Amino acid sequence: MSTLSFNQITKRFGSLTANDSITLSLGDSEIMALLGENGAGKTTLMNILFGHYVADEGSIEIDGQMLPPGSTEAAIKAGVGMVHQHFTLADNLTVIENIVLGTESLWNWRQDMTAARRKLVDMSEAYSLVINPDALVADLSVGERQRVEIMKALYRDARILILDEPTAVLTPQETENLFITLRSLTDKGLSVIFISHKLHEILAISDHVAVLRRGKIVGTIQTVDADRNGLAEMMVGKAVIRPQLESMEPGAPILTISGLSATSHDKLPLLKSIDLIIHAHEIIGIAGVAGNGQVALADVLSGLNQQYSGALELHNETLTDAGPSEFVARGIGRIPEDRHARGMIGDMDIWENLISEDLRSKQVSRWKTIINKKVAIDRAERLIDSYDVRCKGPLAQTKLLSGGNIQKLILARALSPKPDFILANQPVRGLDEGAIAYVHEQLFAARKRGAAILLISEDLDELLSLCDRIAVIYQGELSPALPASSRTVTELGLMMAGQAVQPTPKNEELYSSVKFSAGGTNAN
Amino acid sequence: MSELIDILLTTGFWAATIRIVSPLIFGTLGELICERAGVLNLGIEGIMTVGAMSGWMWVYQGGDLWGGVLFAASMGALFGLLHATFTVHLCLSQHVTGIGITLFASSLSYFVYRMLLPSATTPPKIEPFQNYPIPLLSDIPMVGEALFNQSPLTYLALLCVPIVWYMLHRTPIGLAVRMAGENPVAVEAQGINVLAVRTGAVMVGSALMAVGGAFITMSWFDAFYFGMVNGRGWICVALVIFASWKPGKALLGALLFAGLEAMQVRAQLSSGTVIPYQFFLMLPYVMSILAMIVMARKAKYPQALLVPFRRGERV
Amino acid sequence: MQIELRDHTSLLRAGMAPIAAVFATLVICSALILWADVPVLEAYALLFKGAFGSSFALKETFTRSIPLMLTGLAVAVAFRSKFYNIGAEGQLYAGALASVYFGTGLIDLPVFIMVPFLLLVGALAGGALLLVPVLLKTKLKVDEVVTTLLLNFVMLLMVSYLIEGPWRDPMAMGWPQTASIVDNGVLPALLTKGRLHAGLIVALLAAVLVWAVMRFTVLGYEIKAVGFNAKAAEFSGINVNKTVVYTALISGGLAGIAGVSEVAGLKGYLTLDLSPGFGYTGVAVAMLARLHPLSVVPAALFLSSIYVGADSMSRAVNIPTYIADVLVGVSVLAILVCVMLTQYKIRFRQ
Repeated sequence: MSTLSFNQITKRFGSLTANDSITLSLGDSEIMALLGENGAGKTTLMNILFGHYVADEGSIEIDGQMLPPGSTEAAIKAGVGMVHQHFTLADNLTVIENIVLGTESLWNWRQDMTAARRKLVDMSEAYSLVINPDALVADLSVGERQRVEIMKALYRDARILILDEPTAVLTPQETENLFITLRSLTDKGLSVIFISHKLHEILAISDHVAVLRRGKIVGTIQTVDADRNGLAEMMVGKAVIRPQLESMEPGAPILTISGLSATSHDKLPLLKSIDLIIHAHEIIGIAGVAGNGQVALADVLSGLNQQYSGALELHNETLTDAGPSEFVARGIGRIPEDRHARGMIGDMDIWENLISEDLRSKQVSRWKTIINKKVAIDRAERLIDSYDVRCKGPLAQTKLLSGGNIQKLILARALSPKPDFILANQPVRGLDEGAIAYVHEQLFAARKRGAAILLISEDLDELLSLCDRIAVIYQGELSPALPASSRTVTELGLMMAGQAVQPTPKNEELYSSVKFSAGGTNAN
Repeated sequence: MSELIDILLTTGFWAATIRIVSPLIFGTLGELICERAGVLNLGIEGIMTVGAMSGWMWVYQGGDLWGGVLFAASMGALFGLLHATFTVHLCLSQHVTGIGITLFASSLSYFVYRMLLPSATTPPKIEPFQNYPIPLLSDIPMVGEALFNQSPLTYLALLCVPIVWYMLHRTPIGLAVRMAGENPVAVEAQGINVLAVRTGAVMVGSALMAVGGAFITMSWFDAFYFGMVNGRGWICVALVIFASWKPGKALLGALLFAGLEAMQVRAQLSSGTVIPYQFFLMLPYVMSILAMIVMARKAKYPQALLVPFRRGERV
Repeated sequence: MQIELRDHTSLLRAGMAPIAAVFATLVICSALILWADVPVLEAYALLFKGAFGSSFALKETFTRSIPLMLTGLAVAVAFRSKFYNIGAEGQLYAGALASVYFGTGLIDLPVFIMVPFLLLVGALAGGALLLVPVLLKTKLKVDEVVTTLLLNFVMLLMVSYLIEGPWRDPMAMGWPQTASIVDNGVLPALLTKGRLHAGLIVALLAAVLVWAVMRFTVLGYEIKAVGFNAKAAEFSGINVNKTVVYTALISGGLAGIAGVSEVAGLKGYLTLDLSPGFGYTGVAVAMLARLHPLSVVPAALFLSSIYVGADSMSRAVNIPTYIADVLVGVSVLAILVCVMLTQYKIRFRQ
């Protein structure tokens, strides 16, 4: 008898079929992993379960009862709890306010906070999830926020817990804690759907795995029968080959960062005296949990923030007081973290976006005033061709492109002037396997011709397979960059959590159950 | 300077302040509720005009005073619904919609007034709300006269401050409203309809604004003039920022402005023609701008203010 | 109900939006005409006749469209960079004040210098007034909508003070108005009869100039980029604050020119009723034009025809002239919906 079953769910968006006749079932106390690339339809399926979308065809049953479509309330009542990839919390409200929202009739004259607090304390003890109910969400760490999300679901008596990419923002140790929590939940009879594209985590936590590809279920297997390469191939549809890092002698120093410190508007320290030298033919990775100064570092290195102390030198010449335009003109290529918000202007045409970084250059405009459209269109045609951007041509609107193609445009704009230093901030986040391999190839090609590259990423496996050296950023402090070959996931994870690097036997033991492996052929 | 202090010591000044503050309280609380839910309502100026016209017209056509207040409130709610349909459901620009609503609502008020009273040259009058001295309390010297000998609508305005505070901070619906202004996705994830919450908040807020307008024609004055609201709506928008979206501070801010207005009327009289009256009239507008400058650095906007919410949108 | 982005917006559909909005506006407002117990078609026919039916009417419509074109352009440019300047009314008066200050005898130059000079000082005054909100926005993030709106009231009171006090024309028999613009500063009439003046040429030139700037220049690119996505623009190296300041100067300048044109072209002197809300109607003009500088011209003509036509309609049948303002207000809301429908489709689900 299954607790939850999807029957022939189909959902189309225009010409795209996001879910194609999906049938799945989940039993009591089970952890099912839902594996698939970005855009395979995992999130769509869960949004249908949770009532955010209505399926075009098919139905969902919980405990044999049909779930009315399109109603989040009904899903919650039926015992479904969802922990979204992007937390759905209000920063300026307290933990308890976030949790009790919607648990009482909206027409009650009073929100019963006393009873809520009692229930929350009881739950905290039962599941050993510690949280201060009166803390502002804004003051919590990422791991704590996730705990609040789980509490939110449990508070409403969820029996089926869905976690959408829950580990993307956690350190390996926090991930392990999450796994312990999940196991204790299933011990109490809850079922879990664990959505991920990280194979090692799926192998470590799930009972069985359903693999989605292009909206279809391509296979369902017991986890004990699964292995990494097999799953990877099922997910991508072919054997996964990512470009490998060639060993190469580092060249002359390109970018020198010394004593770099920066503060926020309310004078809180964001970066604390960072030192780093990046050489030609070298990729340096910055590991760290989101919110430890990566944004501040990227802002300085893209020329957006000039209010810093310390020195920044390119080829031994200072970059003080230079803005983004001067950065680009002097040979710095920048790939921003959020390609939609920062990278491209969706409402402008492709040709327009490709001239945005050198509007006042001789090639693009006459007397720095009148745009030479012909030159700009020629450039767009050339770049579309050489970076293999799938679009209708230079005059197409940028927002109609897929995420992978927008990223290719950003690469084209940033890399085609052959910059000496490249800042790559989360360059593959949210991309599918083909696009990921393409971005990696481009970075390797730039490294080969002599560029110095700084790669900021939250994905340790990506860093370990791409970088020559890795440094960890924690609360604005940067550790020395040491060769990637000498780093282990455990060690990096502890450093990301701010602990001194002295792995104790206990930690090693605890960690071995997660079966991390670094480098080599992987498909996460 | 000593003249100013003399003014501050008169009961008349305080009574006037409390009277003048009423429309500002209604308007500011109304705007505050809308913005707490994440919707900037620049229709306020027009909605106050609608309230001023419709409440007055109800009474002029033979209705009773409280019926007029209710009628004004429901007209306000109706325009609030229009604003919400545009900004909440159709996700259109809150700025432009608000200006459009103001243009539409005020011109419609004038049109209707002229339609119903085509030939009136001197504005006709109604019998407005009379002051209702609260027994015992109004006998307290000075304070009693200023605070407890006012129009019932003024008492209602003052009462609205704790009510709105309680609703926002102590009830489930208030939590939903505040959450809708901070993170609408979180509201939806808890099974509550964001669009309904926001629509409701904008309607309630707009009803309050309209009552603020009605106060002007039904209690403060006894007739409807063109251009009567005269920028009070915009001042309320500035006051909400000044008050950091808190009802208690909104009352304080409104009192400050009302005091200023009451003072300038008296200062005008005592200064004779030394300072032209226009400069006194400028004061509230200039002060509003100054208030926004003072609060600029500290203002903690609701995080989802101006951010539309589209249900189940594919990004 | 769900709103979905269309994959593609056809040019035809985009072009239809304003026409559909005008049509919707006329249909909605016909309810008011019915209420006044006037046959709808007859009323609109009267309105049309009043605006276009005679050469006098035509001249009036064009004359009235001049300030609307200029304030419409002012709003369109500002809105393009998402700088919500609702203060064109105040900037118009600032321009008018400047033209009166310099144009009533302080300086007298030959006509071909004097007129451009007055336009220039008017533009500078309008731009300078908008500089206050724009600096508050860029430096302190103070919302510009409220500040520009509030400054309208301040400016009106300032004008009221000046024309009742130090700038009052002693020859005006006590009326609150300023002295007249010197002959060399008057914008020449375009036709022998009627009030149409060279302000029309100024407005049309301004429309073409703004269009060219938006379409062909780096500044135009930057204004659009900041309006679409300020963060991405900043990342690309566009100085967002500088762009907003330039935009504001252009916008305030255009509104200021509208004030000069009304004083030096139409009235000859400044009174408190120089503008019956041209600044606010400019918002409607810009929206109907979909913020496109060249489309501002027909949009302004359409709205001015409504004002001129409504005047004569209300004389003929018993409909208050406020119908014109209602039409303008409704048109702002209608165009918003119509433009949205070109970009999104609405799906109702069962």
